[in-house]
Amino acid sequence: MAKLVKNNTIKLKFDSVKNFAPAPESKKAAKIDPQYDLFINGKFERPMSKKYFSTINPATEEKLSMIAEANTADVNKAVKAARTAYDKTWKKMPTAERAKYIYRIARMIQERAREFAIIETLDGGKPIRESRDFDVPTAANHFFYYAGWADKLEYAFPNRKTTPLGVAGQIIPWNFPLLMAAWKIAPALACGNTVVLKPAENTSLTALKLAEIIQEADVPPGVVNIITGAGVTGAAIVNHADINKIAFTGSTDVGKIIQRAIAGTNKKATLELGGKAANIIFEDAPLDQAVEGVINGIFFNQGHVCCAGSRLYVQESVFNEVVRKLKDRLETLIVGDPMDKNTDIGAINSKAQLDIINKYIKIGQQEGAEMYQSSCAMPKKGFYCRPTLFTNVAQSNRIAQEEIFGPVLAIQSFRTDDEVIEKANNTAYGLSAGVWSDKGSKIFNLTSKLRAGVIWANTFNKFDPTSPFGGYKESGYGREGGLHGLSAYINLV
Amino acid sequence: MTTVTNKNNKRLEVLKTYKIYIDGQFVRTESGRYYIATNSKKENLANVCLGSRKDFRDAVVAARNAFGSWSTRAAFNRAQILYRIAEMLEGRKAQFIDELIKQDSTKTQAEKEVNLCIDRLIYYSGWCDKFQQLFSSVNPVASPHFNFSVPEPMGVIAAIAPQNNSLLGLVSVIAPIIAGGNSCIVLASATMPLCAVTFAEVLNSSDLPGGVVNILTGKVAELVSYFSDHMDVNATVYCEADFATQKMIKEKSALNIKRVLLYNKIKWTDASGQSPYFIMDLQEIKTTWHPIENIGGAKAGY
Repeated sequence: MAKLVKNNTIKLKFDSVKNFAPAPESKKAAKIDPQYDLFINGKFERPMSKKYFSTINPATEEKLSMIAEANTADVNKAVKAARTAYDKTWKKMPTAERAKYIYRIARMIQERAREFAIIETLDGGKPIRESRDFDVPTAANHFFYYAGWADKLEYAFPNRKTTPLGVAGQIIPWNFPLLMAAWKIAPALACGNTVVLKPAENTSLTALKLAEIIQEADVPPGVVNIITGAGVTGAAIVNHADINKIAFTGSTDVGKIIQRAIAGTNKKATLELGGKAANIIFEDAPLDQAVEGVINGIFFNQGHVCCAGSRLYVQESVFNEVVRKLKDRLETLIVGDPMDKNTDIGAINSKAQLDIINKYIKIGQQEGAEMYQSSCAMPKKGFYCRPTLFTNVAQSNRIAQEEIFGPVLAIQSFRTDDEVIEKANNTAYGLSAGVWSDKGSKIFNLTSKLRAGVIWANTFNKFDPTSPFGGYKESGYGREGGLHGLSAYINLV
Repeated sequence: MTTVTNKNNKRLEVLKTYKIYIDGQFVRTESGRYYIATNSKKENLANVCLGSRKDFRDAVVAARNAFGSWSTRAAFNRAQILYRIAEMLEGRKAQFIDELIKQDSTKTQAEKEVNLCIDRLIYYSGWCDKFQQLFSSVNPVASPHFNFSVPEPMGVIAAIAPQNNSLLGLVSVIAPIIAGGNSCIVLASATMPLCAVTFAEVLNSSDLPGGVVNILTGKVAELVSYFSDHMDVNATVYCEADFATQKMIKEKSALNIKRVLLYNKIKWTDASGQSPYFIMDLQEIKTTWHPIENIGGAKAGY
């Protein structure tokens, strides 16, 4: 029998994309105050530290606003407000009423979606298309989903009743600022807890805008407190004696520090940490779809995604073809002004992160991997990184083992199913993985053997409020989203 | 050939060598050390292996190797094997009662403890193919995807069994670990180690694959840090109330983000000492996404 000729190997023509006219979103549709205070007990208060730090737009390096820096005294005040609100109001409130407050928050985010999207993009550098179509709606949906759980918790855990934990200290990262705030606050409130949340210092603005909404929604004072600052503020939250629960999303290194810091306490913890996801393409996969999935997997949000598909495994027989298609596709990605609706890859979140990414790009070359970067035009100002591929990567190479958190993909080949399972699982992380194949039984074999909390089959980087998210191994513990996300904020009795 | 007899012309009892159980084999501790288990009357009951760090590491290797095939066995098969363990325990009840009495139980207490252990194994046997259904979900995502979440075993569990009894604590800790498809290394009660070793013999004759449960004897204070900082262990279970040790376990576990389960408030003799939530404590939740293809944009109609 003649060998089956693949009909999907024609080079796609993307020439026209280079000629898109600019389509910038307007900055004027969002209001950013020159200075933001701490949101404690339902009011915006000046920090007792009397200190403010600036937050910049990473796409232009221009200053956007000044943000209050919370010190230990500010943290104490916020925790006290949260404790009082917990004891006096929130835990006593009829659960259906609790639900209605959370629904209100969801609705108000939807109403102000455009403003949130603009600020998210200005403050964090992500393409407006992503903040508009993903971050903000998903955040609103998350509140909407968990609101409904507030008066249904007795159905969630068979043969058990639930009680809230108390005051939750929540520390979130800079990659999805509003969405991570939603992931933290919504289930905590639904389960009857009060919160003290600290956004990342680079990206405080949307969390503070959320504070405005919480104030407007008339949520009882102290139920949600949002305080800003850097690592020192976070440490003060972690170490506060009157906090019952720490929820952290961030790096594995900091996760380990937190686990040690709370070792001598009764604080509960959930940790959403780093990842180094394997994305696996089999020879029978629809290659063009797979290539799109790989591109989305690693370049979504500039690769600042803990579940990014940063390791690509391609079956040997289609390796060259996939790499060629990836390179072609890479050339078409538009790197530029995040506010432009045509932009695919926006600005790297900070100078510090750009330095880390560039360090790894250098390491990759030094280790002997072959680098390919898009020849795209790059903005003159701001923090940007060309979309980057590495081939000839060894399993032991640092770019194949360590989380880079940028638009850098390490590509390896494999021959058999067992080999790729072994390689994919050969990592300290276990957050996510992807499989591309047209064969159902093979997909289920892979999805059941890959040791990771979220597995995408013939898709990648999909999220939903109803879908639990979280890692195995050093990617942390606990789940966010869905029924399973409730466990993080309740005691079973 | 002459029969060996003692002075009173009675048959000499054959004493049992209490060895540790690694990878389905009864071995002596590689350290060559031992301690003497005694009871409240200061009677010497047995020379017991004083397990070492190396024993623990060997046991982790065995547990990791056993994990793959144990975790992928049919849940039904795991249920059968747990049931078989209960059967074997039932058959050797007298031996356990005898050992418990030697270790200061009354006959009534001893019988009660062994019966409870057998029933607890049957209880968890039943859960093997049921907890997944109870704690799984099909998630109604807003995009065209089939999305579901299921529990999966965490991996290799290092457990320090309750120290204040010989059999019940050990069985109560092991059963939910293996019912959920994990493999484990369990440190027996240091003061009452006899039943743990005999229980290993029960496991050994129960079709439980070697390496799924490894039982060590030794001193908690000496071994607990290895149970917490080994890089190829996924979770540590500790059942005592000692605060300093709890803190140390949590600190060391941070090295590879081990899950830490503290069971010091559990009353193992009560009904609350068993539940599917003990199984779930040592499970991960895996969520899988599959696209739902809309072929050619066709709409199905009825």
